[in-house]
Amino acid sequence: MMLRHNKVELALWELRAGSGRPLLVLHGLGERSDPGLVPGTDAWPGPVHGLDFTGHGASSVPPGAGYYCEILMGDVDQAIAHLGPVTVVGRGLGGYIALLIAGGRPDQVRGAIILDGPGMHGGGPSPTTPNLLRPEQTGATPDPVALVELAQDVRPPDYARTFAWQASALSGLDTAIAVAGVNRPPWLAEVASQPGVVETDLAGALELFASV
Amino acid sequence: MPDVETRTHPGARRPDRTRRVGSGGIGLAVHEWGDEDAPPVLLAHGGFDFAGTYDVFAPMLAERGYRVVSWDQRGHGDSDHAPLYQWEADIRDSLAVLQSVTDGALPVIGHSKGGSLMTQLAASMPHRVTAVVNIDGLPSKRSMPDVQDRDRTKLLARDLENWLDHRRRAADAERKPGTIEELARRRARMNPRLEQGWLEYLVTVGARRDDDGWRWKIDPSLRMGGFGPWRPEWSLYRLVELAVPFLAVLGTEQEEMGWGTTVDDIVPYLPPRGRAVQVEGVGHFVHIERPADVVEMVVEHLAPVVAT
Repeated sequence: MMLRHNKVELALWELRAGSGRPLLVLHGLGERSDPGLVPGTDAWPGPVHGLDFTGHGASSVPPGAGYYCEILMGDVDQAIAHLGPVTVVGRGLGGYIALLIAGGRPDQVRGAIILDGPGMHGGGPSPTTPNLLRPEQTGATPDPVALVELAQDVRPPDYARTFAWQASALSGLDTAIAVAGVNRPPWLAEVASQPGVVETDLAGALELFASV
Repeated sequence: MPDVETRTHPGARRPDRTRRVGSGGIGLAVHEWGDEDAPPVLLAHGGFDFAGTYDVFAPMLAERGYRVVSWDQRGHGDSDHAPLYQWEADIRDSLAVLQSVTDGALPVIGHSKGGSLMTQLAASMPHRVTAVVNIDGLPSKRSMPDVQDRDRTKLLARDLENWLDHRRRAADAERKPGTIEELARRRARMNPRLEQGWLEYLVTVGARRDDDGWRWKIDPSLRMGGFGPWRPEWSLYRLVELAVPFLAVLGTEQEEMGWGTTVDDIVPYLPPRGRAVQVEGVGHFVHIERPADVVEMVVEHLAPVVAT
């Protein structure tokens, strides 16, 4: 089905039917929702949904671009408005967005799982040399400008930590975030060391949050 | 009532020419004052403003022998409302406007957000900029109350929730209608030092008249404040990299839309050809409170790089 986020149409897919709290899968940079994108979600007891971020998959391409991660957090919030409380699992860029929405909607996100995937590092912990050059938008996805802009999005560790704190302090969960990948870019190394965050594997994280 | 109601204001003059420039699919309204063959300068407005807020300053500068080119930033004034708004996208838009004027380089002037945009444009594209004037557009510190971490978490949580709620409503959002006087009074909350007559004039430029009243043209999905990983000092890191002549113009009176930056905050980051000037008894909108003084400073600053 299609959701609307301001002027952008977002594709929300039901990847597997079921009852109970949904698992919402967030793809990595340049990817799109696909039932096979995150092997291991079979273990989730409820329905599984996937969201295509702005400029990705079957979602629309915003003319003029201007992508940044907080906007993608807003994409996920549109899905939450439709689905109700969810557990989120994200790959790379989607993992960072999972962290943001866990801090932004701590009462609606019942656990966020961060996996390895494209776009995990973003633009690093502080700005590098500015670059205004952008490829042409064709309307096709993934939008090439999204690939450039979201690869430059700066992710200071203390900023990421704030979202982990909020998720921990305001969700009411003993564990709000599970880091289930190998890579530890600076933002994720910081998040992984915070209270309320566990390092585990996907199976362990799904089991943990299914029992919430 | 007439279809279009206009107001006048002493010294205010609407642009001599208006045209549109495309920037990656977004149409921008470009406004020009002065002789088309005169040396061009690019003029960037602040956040929640529009090119018409230069209706006194720009013609006064044009009278000194310049082709003054400004534009309504995406979502502002008569430019297209965009799906997304972002810092670099605004800088790219400014480059599209610059490109519509010259293949070469020109001086850039900006107020507030526009000053910060122009400073970063000069740092990103040094071959396209010959001089920079930044009018109270250098954020130096976060305007965040000094609170304990636990309270800060709650504050940020509220900001985030409000922002997400706003995004949920954005598709259907509309600006509140009112009379010219009402819109001017609303704007006075952000511009407390500016005269009601000037603000009423701005309504007739920056708002449109619908059947149920006047509405500011600015995209209702745009919102003051916000949050993000951005740090004010990052602008200063760009500032110190500049090679071209740089002039910062600051007021001394702190107010709602200002960043509270002082000359002392800037001095450590001034580039080799940079200087900062503080104008006594003036707030954030220095060029509106003292247009003639700022024009004089600009003309003096640009003299070495522009032959008028």
